[in-house]
Amino acid sequence: MRNWSLLYIVMAVLSVIVCIYAPFDPNWRLPPNVSTTGREVDHLFELIMGITGLTFVGVSIAFGIAAWKFTDAPGRKAKYMHGSQRLEIVWTVIPAGILVFIALYQMGTWTKIKFRSEAPRVQPIAEVSARQFQWLMVYPGPDGRLHTPDDLHTVNDLHFVKGKPALIYLKSQDVIHSFFLPQMRIKQDALPGMTIPVWFDSDTASTSEHPFELVCAELCGWGHYKMRSKVVVHETQAEFDEWVKQSLKEQNRDQLKSAKTTTAAVEHKGGESL
Amino acid sequence: MNTEHAHGDSHGSAANDHGHGDHGHGDHGHGHGHEMSFIRRYVFSEDHKVIGLQFMFSGLIFFIIGGLLALAIRWQMAWPWSSVPILSRTLWADYGSRIPPEVYTKLFTMHGTIMIFFVIIPLLNGAFGNFLIPLMIGARDMAFPKLNMFSYWVMWPGFIIISYSFLVGAPAAGWTSYPTLANTPWSDPGSQFGQTLWLLALLCVGISSLMGSVNYMTTIIMLRAPGMKMFRLPMTVWAMFITATLQAFALPVLTSALIMQLLDRVVGTNFFTPYDWSVANGPSGVGGGIPLMWQHLFWFYSHPAVYIMILPAMGMVSDIISTFSRKPIFGYKPMVFAIAGIAGLGFIVWGHHMFQTGMNPALGATFMLSTMMIALPSAIKTFNWLGTMWGGRIHYTTPMLNAMAFVSMFVIGGLSGIFMAATPVDIHIHDTYFIVAHIHYVLFGGSMFGIFGAIHYWFPKMFGKMMNDKLGKIHFFLSFIAFNGTFFVMHIVGLHGQPRRYADYTGFDYLNNPGIIGMNQFMTYSAIMLGAAQLLLIYNFISSLIAGPKAETNPWHANTLEWTAPSPPPHYNFETIPTVYNAPYEYSLPGLDKDYLPQTERLSPELAAATAHLGHG
Repeated sequence: MRNWSLLYIVMAVLSVIVCIYAPFDPNWRLPPNVSTTGREVDHLFELIMGITGLTFVGVSIAFGIAAWKFTDAPGRKAKYMHGSQRLEIVWTVIPAGILVFIALYQMGTWTKIKFRSEAPRVQPIAEVSARQFQWLMVYPGPDGRLHTPDDLHTVNDLHFVKGKPALIYLKSQDVIHSFFLPQMRIKQDALPGMTIPVWFDSDTASTSEHPFELVCAELCGWGHYKMRSKVVVHETQAEFDEWVKQSLKEQNRDQLKSAKTTTAAVEHKGGESL
Repeated sequence: MNTEHAHGDSHGSAANDHGHGDHGHGDHGHGHGHEMSFIRRYVFSEDHKVIGLQFMFSGLIFFIIGGLLALAIRWQMAWPWSSVPILSRTLWADYGSRIPPEVYTKLFTMHGTIMIFFVIIPLLNGAFGNFLIPLMIGARDMAFPKLNMFSYWVMWPGFIIISYSFLVGAPAAGWTSYPTLANTPWSDPGSQFGQTLWLLALLCVGISSLMGSVNYMTTIIMLRAPGMKMFRLPMTVWAMFITATLQAFALPVLTSALIMQLLDRVVGTNFFTPYDWSVANGPSGVGGGIPLMWQHLFWFYSHPAVYIMILPAMGMVSDIISTFSRKPIFGYKPMVFAIAGIAGLGFIVWGHHMFQTGMNPALGATFMLSTMMIALPSAIKTFNWLGTMWGGRIHYTTPMLNAMAFVSMFVIGGLSGIFMAATPVDIHIHDTYFIVAHIHYVLFGGSMFGIFGAIHYWFPKMFGKMMNDKLGKIHFFLSFIAFNGTFFVMHIVGLHGQPRRYADYTGFDYLNNPGIIGMNQFMTYSAIMLGAAQLLLIYNFISSLIAGPKAETNPWHANTLEWTAPSPPPHYNFETIPTVYNAPYEYSLPGLDKDYLPQTERLSPELAAATAHLGHG
C-alpha cells in the first residue's frame, strides 16, 4: 500500500529532472532572445521559475513524506488535530510576501514594454495591418511620412534595423489578430477599430542561422496557422535604406507594360506557329 | 420551507400530469417513490438524487465525445495533415483524406465548449451538487424540487442544439468566441449557423446553472438538519454553496453577452463591431461597437467559471482526504475562508485574460496585482491538505489516490499560473501551449481527478454497490501517468513559442525541428493512452452497477450525514430527519473505541468534556 506514495514522488522527481534538463536543450527552452526588453522578460521568467521551482520541491518533499510516512499500518493511530493557528499564519504571510514581491518587481518591465508614455521617440518604421490571413506592411518611403504616394507596401515582410528601437502602428482590418515576435518577447493583439503602437528592437541581424518570424497568436479563422511573416533585421541603416530603395523600384515598375511586352511576344510566337 | 409541503405538492402534479391514481400516502416520504410511475420516478423526476444521476450520465457521455475530439486534435498535432484512422476515409474523403484546417478549428472549439459547459460544470455542480447537498445537510430534498427538475431538462435543448451543430457546421471561433470573428457569418466557415447554435446552447446551460444555483443557496441556508450549523457543514457543501453564489452573480453577465452577440448575428446590431469596418470584403455595417467589450463581459463570467469548475472538486477532495487520512481536516475555518477568498477575488481578476488585447496597460497592472493575490488562498488550501495528511493514517483506496492526484497536480497548475499572472512573462507565453498546459493541469489534473475520486467515493451511496477497487487503481495509475505525459510536455513546447489553435506549426522555422515535433508525438501517444484508460472506468462503472458487491450503509467509515442514510437512499432520504451533534471530521478522537464519529452520534458528556480542548495547535 505504501508503494503508492512512490507514484507521486517519482512524478515529482521526473518533473524536476525535466526542468533541470530543459535549459540545456535549445528546443526545450525559450527561443533565443535578441531584444533589450526581452532580456528583462527572461530574467523575470528565470526568477519566477526559481521561486516556483523551490516551492514545488518543498511542497513535493512534504507531500512525499506525508504520503510515505503516514501510510496506514497495524497499530498506527492518526493524530487527532484540528489545525494550528501559528502554521496558518506562517503559510499565509510568507507566500503573500513573495507574491507581492513578484507583483511589484515586474511593474517596471511591463511599463517599459506597454505603456504608451514609454514609447521610443522615433519615426514609426511601418504601419502593420493584419487581415485574414496575412500581414500588410506600409513603410513611409523616402519622405519619412506614412500615407503619402511614395509609401512602400509589402506583404508578410517586416524589416527593421539592428540596435535601433523600431516603432510600428498595429491595426487590424477584419478580426482580432495578435502580433507575436517570439524571439523578441513581444505580443500585442491587433484590434479592429484601434491603432496600437508597438515597439521592439534586436541586437542581432537576421541571417539564415537566425531567422526571425512574426507569428499570429490570436485565433483569426481557418487559416490562422499560416499567418506567418518573414522578419528581416538589417545590419545597418544603409542596408535598410537600400532595401527600401530596391523594393520601391520594384513596386514602381510598370508591370502592365512588361506584361504587355510578354503577351505580345507570346502572341507573336503563337501566330508564327499557326 | 417545509419538505412535507414540497412532497405533497410534487405528488399533486404527478397525479394531474399522468392520471395515476390518488394513492394514499404515508406521513413521511420513505418508500413513497414506489408508487410513482416510471416516468415520474426516473425521467421527469423531482428527486434530487435522480436528477444528480441524470446530470452525471449525460456529463459522462459528453466526456466521451469531448475526449474523442481531443484525440483528433492531438493526431493533427503529431502528424499534421496525415490521414486519421477511420475518419479520413469517411468524413473527410472529399478533402484529400486529411483534417481540413477549418474542421481543425471546429475540433478544438467543440472540445473546449463540451468539456467546460457540458462535462465539468454539469458533473461538479449538476451531478454531485444535486446528489450530495440534501444528503449532506440532512434534508429530504432540495428546497425547490420542481425548479431542480427544470434545471436538468433545460440542459436538453442545449444538448440537442450543440450536437445538432455538428451536422450543420460546428462553431469554430474557440470556446471563447471572440468577435469580430464570431459575430459575422462571413468571417469564417465556422461562424455560420453553427455559431448561432453555440450561443443558444450556452444560453440553455446558463439558465440551467442559474436555476441550480438559486436552489442550492436556498437549500443550504434553509433546509439544514437540526444542529447543522454553518460551521458544521462538510467542505463539499461549503464549496457548493460558494460556487452557487459565484454562479448567481456572474451568470447574468454572460447571459447578456450571449444575447448581445446573438443580436449582432441575427438582427444586425453592432455591439461588438467597430465603426467603418468589414471582414472578408463583406458588407460593412454601421459599426460603433467595441470588440473588446465581449472579452470583458465573457471573462467577467468565465473567470469565476474557472473557479466554478474547481471549487466543488476542492470541497469533495477535502472530504475524501480527511476520511482516508482518518484525521480531522487541518484548518477547517481557514479552508472555508480560503474558498470564500477565491470566490471574492475571482470577481476582480478577469482582466488577466486580456493583458495583451490592447486594454489599457495600467489596468493590466492592477489585474496583475489581484491575480497574484488569488494565488494565496489556493496556496493556503494546498498546505491545509498536506496538513490533513500529515500525521494521519492514509488508506490508499481509489478515491484517496485520485484525491491525492488532485492535490499534486493542482500544485503544478497553481504554480504555472504565476508565470502568466506576471504580465511581462505573459507577453511571451500568452496564447501558447503553456496556457493549454496550465488549464489542463487545473481542469483535468484538478477537477477531473477530483471527479474520478468522487465517483469512486460516492458510488456505493449512489447505487448501493461497491466499485471494483483493483480496476479503479489500474485506471488511476494509467490515467495519472498518461495525463502527465500529455500535459507536462505542453509547458515546454509552449515556452518555446508553439501557439495554440494552430492546425499546423511546422510552417514556422523556429518550431519545425525534430525536438518540437517529437514532443508533440510523445504527447499524442500519451493522450491515446489517457483515452484508452478511460475505457477501464466505463467498464468498472457499468459492471459494478450490474454485478458489484452490495454496499453497506457506511463502507468508508465516514462521518457526514449521507453515510447514515441507506445505500442507495430512498426517496426523501431519511426515515427521520437526523440531528447533528458534531463537526463533520471527527476522526481518531482519543477515548473512542472506533476511529470515526458520525455527525449524528452524541458523545457522552464526560468524553466531550475530556476532548474539548484537544487538537487545537
